[in-house]
Amino acid sequence: MKAILTVIGKDNVGIIAGVSRQLADLQVNILDVSQTIMNGYFTMMMILDLSAAKETFGDVKKALADKGDELNVQIKIQREEIFTSMHSL
Amino acid sequence: METNQILETIRMIEEEKLDIRTITMGISLLDCIDSDGGKARQKIYDKITRLAQNLVRTGEDIENEFGIPIIHKRISVTPIAMVAGASGDKDYVAYAKTLDEAAKATGVNFIGGFSALVQKGYTVGDRRLVQSIPEALAVTELVCSSVNVGSTRSGINMDAVGEMGRIVKETAERTADAQGLGCAKLVIFANAVEDNPFMAGAFHGVGEADCIINVGVSGPGVVKRALEKVKGERFDVVSETIKKITFKITRMGQLVGHEASTRLGVPFGIVDLSLAPTPAVGDSVARILEEMGLESAGTHGTTAALALLNDAVKKGGVMACSHVGGLSGAFIPVSEDAGMIEAVEVGALNIQKLEAMTAVCSVGLDMIAIPGDTPAETISAMIADEAAIGVINNKTTAVRVIPAPGKKVGDNVEFGGLLGRAPVMAVSSHSAAEFIARGGRIPAPIHSFKN
Repeated sequence: MKAILTVIGKDNVGIIAGVSRQLADLQVNILDVSQTIMNGYFTMMMILDLSAAKETFGDVKKALADKGDELNVQIKIQREEIFTSMHSL
Repeated sequence: METNQILETIRMIEEEKLDIRTITMGISLLDCIDSDGGKARQKIYDKITRLAQNLVRTGEDIENEFGIPIIHKRISVTPIAMVAGASGDKDYVAYAKTLDEAAKATGVNFIGGFSALVQKGYTVGDRRLVQSIPEALAVTELVCSSVNVGSTRSGINMDAVGEMGRIVKETAERTADAQGLGCAKLVIFANAVEDNPFMAGAFHGVGEADCIINVGVSGPGVVKRALEKVKGERFDVVSETIKKITFKITRMGQLVGHEASTRLGVPFGIVDLSLAPTPAVGDSVARILEEMGLESAGTHGTTAALALLNDAVKKGGVMACSHVGGLSGAFIPVSEDAGMIEAVEVGALNIQKLEAMTAVCSVGLDMIAIPGDTPAETISAMIADEAAIGVINNKTTAVRVIPAPGKKVGDNVEFGGLLGRAPVMAVSSHSAAEFIARGGRIPAPIHSFKN
């Protein structure tokens, strides 16, 4: 299963490191990354492959949200189809 | 996948209140018919709780994985008048209680189908069901009721119109301690559709499969935000903008409907793309009309603005999904729309204008509180007017008014939740009693010589 991860928040040291470490711990593979500073906000998107993940989608989501609290950013994960179905035919 | 597309979707959900309003499971109860009412009710309970046992959990899973809120999970069933008619029961309140229990057991928010279709005449079952409505809505919480009193093919049953005015009054009085809340769960239709996922009018038509999944999508906030970007542009641009954005909204409905139907092993019915407002800020259809350039919803120009909106929503939605159905368009309930409430309070919107608006959009006089002392005949006459608009124009229309007991024009009625708050609106003080007393049928309209 592929999913899109979005990280939005105030820029700080260690956001990418913290997020990737957490994903590695969860056995989630990163397929693509894009990161920018938008209107002063750190904005990162990742395409993830969850096929090797041992946890359920809900647990992965929770672990990432907790990590977001720790890093002071908002981390969301949603299945890829919600975006592809809306923006492509 | 481009970054801005991902952010657009997230913004639509988080800031502009895009949501799946409902996943509604339609269940046929025709195979539950039994000459023994008790046995029929047991079969009904068993069938609903068996088929819908995973509905709520599946909805929650989809919401969790895709990150799109699914506000309600609902059930619609075969009109109970048809199912209960075979039994010798004298009233059908027990059936409503069974539906209520089944709804609570499955955890859904509403169950619709305590309904009768009497556009041309009553069966014994229809008559008993209609007479059971006030008590049924008073003693149950989640049951919704609807009665179809007219159709373009068969005209308007004025006996039913007359009776429904009295039933609405009685329902309000039976639920007087909740300000007539029972009436919020009762819709009187003309040209009712068989696959509508929205309440209170949902029922599972006899032409439908044994069990199906229908999805209702909403998102007035998304349309409003899109129009903010084309301020002052010509209507060609307005229409194109609405079409494009509703296309995107509907794609989401298609995805969720398909996903739910696969997971539940139930065929996918339709997506109903209806801009259904909620009392939340930023979730208003009135604000879309105002964004088009009207100082307040209800002023001159409102009907034209709504006509454009309703049509563009349909055009955008139709290509975005495999099967569009239900009501698909824009809803204009007063109590559920912060912009409509404000328009009433500033004196810009009255019932006459709302009636005109119903000629060009989905449904009709919806969630309107009227004075508690409004005569039943006046309510019947409102129903007759709405039915006439629907029957002549070949569209669905409906009336869901609340004659709030003890309330006068200018008072407020609080329902809470999605049902919102309704300022009590004035109705004409001139009588229609003799008109309604005639009874009989208004014949079906001619389908030629249109002008």
